[in-house]
Amino acid sequence: MGKYYIFQDQKRCIGCYACELHCKTKNNAPEGAKLCRIVPTGPQVVKGVPRMHFVFMPCFHCEKPWCVYACPTGAMTKRAKDGIVYVNQDLCVGCKNCITACPWGVPQWNSETGKVMKCDFCMDRIDQGLEPACVTGCTTGALKFVSPSEASQIKREKFAKDISPLKK
Amino acid sequence: MGSKRVYSICAMCTGRCPIVVDVNGNEVEHIWGNPHLLGGYHLCPRGAAGKALLNDTERPQTPLIRDGERGSGKWKSVSWDEALDYVAEKLKKIIDTYGAKSVVLSDRGGAITEFEKTFIAAIGSPNYFNHHAACSNSIHNAHLSVAGLARNGVTYDYKNCKYLVSFGRNLLESLVTGEAKNVIDMIDNGGKLIQIDVRWNYTAAKADRFFLINPGTDYALALALIHVIIKDSLYDSDFVKRWTVGFEELSNFVKPYTPEFAEKETGIPAAEIVKLAHDVGNAKPSVIFHLGWMTAWYSNDFYLRRAICSLNALLGVYEAKGGLIINKGPAAVGKPLKSLLAQVPKPKDPRFDGCGTKYPHLSGQWGLAQELAHVLLTDDPYPVRAYIVFRHDPLASLPDPDFFRSAFKKLDLLVSIDVNYSETGWFSDVILPEDTYLERTDHVIARNGPKPGYILRQAAVQRRFDTRPRWWIFKELANRLGVGQYFPYNSIEELIAWQLEGTGYKLEDFNEKGYIELVDKPIMWDRTDGLKFKTPSGKIEFISKKLEDAGVPSFIPYEKPIELKPGRFRLVTSKCALHTQGRTTSNNRLLNEYVSENHLYIHEDKAVELGIKEGDLLEVENEGEKQYIKAKLTKYIHPDVVFMLHGFGDDVPLRTRSFGKGASDIRLQKGLAKVAIGGNCPYTECTVSVKKAN
Ligand code: SF4
Ligand code: SF4
Ligand code: SF4
Repeated sequence: MGKYYIFQDQKRCIGCYACELHCKTKNNAPEGAKLCRIVPTGPQVVKGVPRMHFVFMPCFHCEKPWCVYACPTGAMTKRAKDGIVYVNQDLCVGCKNCITACPWGVPQWNSETGKVMKCDFCMDRIDQGLEPACVTGCTTGALKFVSPSEASQIKREKFAKDISPLKK
Repeated sequence: MGSKRVYSICAMCTGRCPIVVDVNGNEVEHIWGNPHLLGGYHLCPRGAAGKALLNDTERPQTPLIRDGERGSGKWKSVSWDEALDYVAEKLKKIIDTYGAKSVVLSDRGGAITEFEKTFIAAIGSPNYFNHHAACSNSIHNAHLSVAGLARNGVTYDYKNCKYLVSFGRNLLESLVTGEAKNVIDMIDNGGKLIQIDVRWNYTAAKADRFFLINPGTDYALALALIHVIIKDSLYDSDFVKRWTVGFEELSNFVKPYTPEFAEKETGIPAAEIVKLAHDVGNAKPSVIFHLGWMTAWYSNDFYLRRAICSLNALLGVYEAKGGLIINKGPAAVGKPLKSLLAQVPKPKDPRFDGCGTKYPHLSGQWGLAQELAHVLLTDDPYPVRAYIVFRHDPLASLPDPDFFRSAFKKLDLLVSIDVNYSETGWFSDVILPEDTYLERTDHVIARNGPKPGYILRQAAVQRRFDTRPRWWIFKELANRLGVGQYFPYNSIEELIAWQLEGTGYKLEDFNEKGYIELVDKPIMWDRTDGLKFKTPSGKIEFISKKLEDAGVPSFIPYEKPIELKPGRFRLVTSKCALHTQGRTTSNNRLLNEYVSENHLYIHEDKAVELGIKEGDLLEVENEGEKQYIKAKLTKYIHPDVVFMLHGFGDDVPLRTRSFGKGASDIRLQKGLAKVAIGGNCPYTECTVSVKKAN
């Protein structure tokens, strides 16, 4: 079962791409491969000021992962204990079926190894009790590594604060 | 996590964020922010990409001596002994013929400047200067004149700030990690950010209110804010009474600058100006009018900055929670670092750039880089024949580099000491390659702020190429010139031990957190009696006798910006989060992948008039200089303005990733190597024409 979720606080995100850079350096991703992405949308005027929305897109580690079903060699794996979807590099033959199958184009082509690499929530860090590199290095602390239910709680609390008449 | 962690200081930009480097063997595994100082491992994208600098072969790998015309790119790789002997011989000859003052040296400024300052003074030359003519000179000199404090003599207490007003300081894109994070914390805590700029950007996107101001009219807005704050008694009268001189004169001076007047000039509705004045008045003293960083905008910038300093003073924000906290150094707690520079007799000659003579009101601390070309060409006040440029790239930052190149031909010796091939390095006689910040240890520096302390840059890995650290390079040069006694150490560890003598601390004390804190609690001076403004009166000086004695008025009336000729645009530049000043990041493999060229942002209505579509290649022209750049259309820029990122149009062919990509702003900034009254170049007075390239 999926245990983890990366919550992105839109109010804090400044679209600086540090998350992507920390991810790239942590995972030695070659040119062109971006395991997580910030996608800027906007500007659009809200209350008189043109606003941006920076959408953070790691892998969603789906409960029913298209990529895993599409993989002919069993390289794309869902880890039983926490639901992390990762590539077993020894088994990957570089057929790219997973890239085609994932609705969001999350798996990335590694031009140096001729195999696929993808966001595995920095599994090795998690196993050491740390958090993914993107979350850890984010310039403003906009990303939080939480469980899906914590994420919904944070979202509700933020919304409640925003609409509360008792705001400071 | 790597096999060891090394605390250090980033050098990808001049923000100098505290970092911790995870090292595995002799490889850098990851660079993070120092969690003890940044409240987490946060680090900006440039800082994270520092790893790509280390193993980059597109940086000088051995000392190089020119083997062809200047700028021809023909180099002979030589040993360190050969390179240093060569430089020393040339310097000796120049000093014998023209005197030590004919040798000048510049750097980028900042806190780790002891070696080069000591070296230039030790050989007897008064001519140290830095990059700030292209950056903060006007605010530095303005803050000195108003408050007796350097530009960076205060700490911004963002976290407790209720109202932050920024005249074009692009805090969330031209960013420094801790500052950006603190500003976001402020917004999260309900603080308001007011952004004033000629173009919308990501900082404006986060602002509570964003005002698109008519270019060149910021001074009118600042004066009108002062007008309302005084007229409606919104100022902190106790603070003004106790800590300022010249309030009467200031009040009289701003009388004509009503909000209605400012509306006509700035395009910002008078009611909004009045509201802003009342909002900051109500929030005082937890208010910050940001002093600015890159403030080399206009000829009258000095007065805009004096007005901004005055707004802070009127609202009593100095030493107030959520305002500007005056920095305290280790000396304030009786633990100053020993300084190499302090051991050197002060050179007696007047400066080459006129600071203190021709420009009696300007500080020679930072000097006037733009004067170098003029002095070289005229030999006035005296000949300059040798230029040592250290981790600074005037040909990539000062206006009109070809003008400087032609002046540099008068030099008998041009030496570049740098980690990168800089534009200036490419044009020099000798390149002395420095270790990167990940390979070298520097001298200890003071952390000035509410909690004074020390911090240290420490080598994380061993050097990759035949490069050397700065402490060694300047010592070796000094030895060869017979002034080695001013570098009384044989290793950096020895120097650090000497610096820390009498403080009770030693090198190992940096291991735990990367820095040393000298006090537990912030030192806050008493706002009724304890403030120290280093002006002649010891107070904030709205009227400055020192300025007026130098023939510089304390106030000047607002003047309209120079009129824009039909078909022309004002060229404005800035940075983005992925690239920083000049050429320190543009060829970085990781950062170049993200932003490898710049674009020209133009208002969509203007684009329609000119038949320009998104992505079209444009020809941008000024005084015969043409640059080529792709178009980006936007609604959110003043129609008179076009914008491009600074730092592109690289001329160094060995930097294959950035070479020839995008357009150079400075090449278009013809004729602007001038000394404005604040000591800055007036960059935004550049106008250009724009059309589709054929
Ligand atoms: S790669 Fe795509 S399909 Fe596979 S788990 Fe991630 S988001 Fe789901
Ligand atoms: S590092 Fe953080 S603030 Fe920057 S783009 Fe990524 S999520 Fe946003
Ligand atoms: S802002 Fe970024 S590049 Fe500049 S010193 Fe800090 S981490 Fe380094």
